[in-house]
Amino acid sequence: MTAQQDIRADTWTVAGRTFSSRLIVGTGKYKSLEENAAAVEASGAEIVTVAVRRVNISDLNQPMLTDYIDPKKVTYLPNTAGCFTADDAIRTLRLAREAGGWNLVKLEVLGEAKTLYPDMRETLRATEVLVKEGFEPMVYCVDDPIAAKQLEEAGAVAIMPLGAPIGSGLGIQNRVTIRLIVEGAGVPVLVDAGVGTASDAAQAMELGCDGVLMNTAIAEAKDPVLMARAMKAAVEAGRLAYLAGRMQKRRYADPSSPLAGLI
Amino acid sequence: MSLDLSVRVNGEPRRVPGPISIAEMLGELGLDPRKVAVERNFEIVPRSSLGEVCVEDGDAYEIVHFVGGG
Repeated sequence: MTAQQDIRADTWTVAGRTFSSRLIVGTGKYKSLEENAAAVEASGAEIVTVAVRRVNISDLNQPMLTDYIDPKKVTYLPNTAGCFTADDAIRTLRLAREAGGWNLVKLEVLGEAKTLYPDMRETLRATEVLVKEGFEPMVYCVDDPIAAKQLEEAGAVAIMPLGAPIGSGLGIQNRVTIRLIVEGAGVPVLVDAGVGTASDAAQAMELGCDGVLMNTAIAEAKDPVLMARAMKAAVEAGRLAYLAGRMQKRRYADPSSPLAGLI
Repeated sequence: MSLDLSVRVNGEPRRVPGPISIAEMLGELGLDPRKVAVERNFEIVPRSSLGEVCVEDGDAYEIVHFVGGG
């Protein structure tokens, strides 16, 4: 089996839905919907995050996201970006479910505007309510293995710890906690937020994450479509490296050519 | 007999001719009910019942759709 066939057979499943691509991309911050659609195509993503916002009644001629990214071909994952309380997030997702007709959603409850760090108390409360109402929340959270466990116990269908603050592009700041979350989780784990470039995405996958979610790293690249391709390759490379099992690190050199038969 | 109703739509005051269903009001606003979700006085109105629920004076509506986001 070639590596290409390998990676195609290597699927992951969240809340009963199976996907081949381990890259989820956002649809914010692009210069145009055309560029956004081209980047999604290049990324190979099968899931995109979307926001829920008021329709601008006074200007109905604005282009619609759904005209450029077909929700029948790509799974829309509605988010609660901008919500700072559990109640706001729950209200937003009830509307999202009505607009889209499905239960798979991304929950994020933010604690403050400066860091956009998640408020875990509100996040956990929102998760409990949403699960009771039949939602399947993929939950953005701190990179804390205990919080991750609590979310899973509350019914989160995926755990999505930050690698670094949203939109910062700083890369994974704490590989130890991401690895601990992966080791402890019984549901998919995706690094969500903080990825800046391809090596960050590969690193997340090498740590054993099931996937990576990103927006700004692609949208704010000088060439977003090219970066989308890079991220696709990085996620695949990191995944293959994880499956392959890396060599042990050594403190000193170890020659690659045989010592026997030296002239 | 027609009766003007005062409502709020997405935070803005509007007058609509009554009696009118929510589906009809969406039509008046130029919206496709299949592409939006409607909340009336903080309660979701299921798409299937938009044609049956009547707009009442003083109602507050949130009409939302999906936009780009991360």
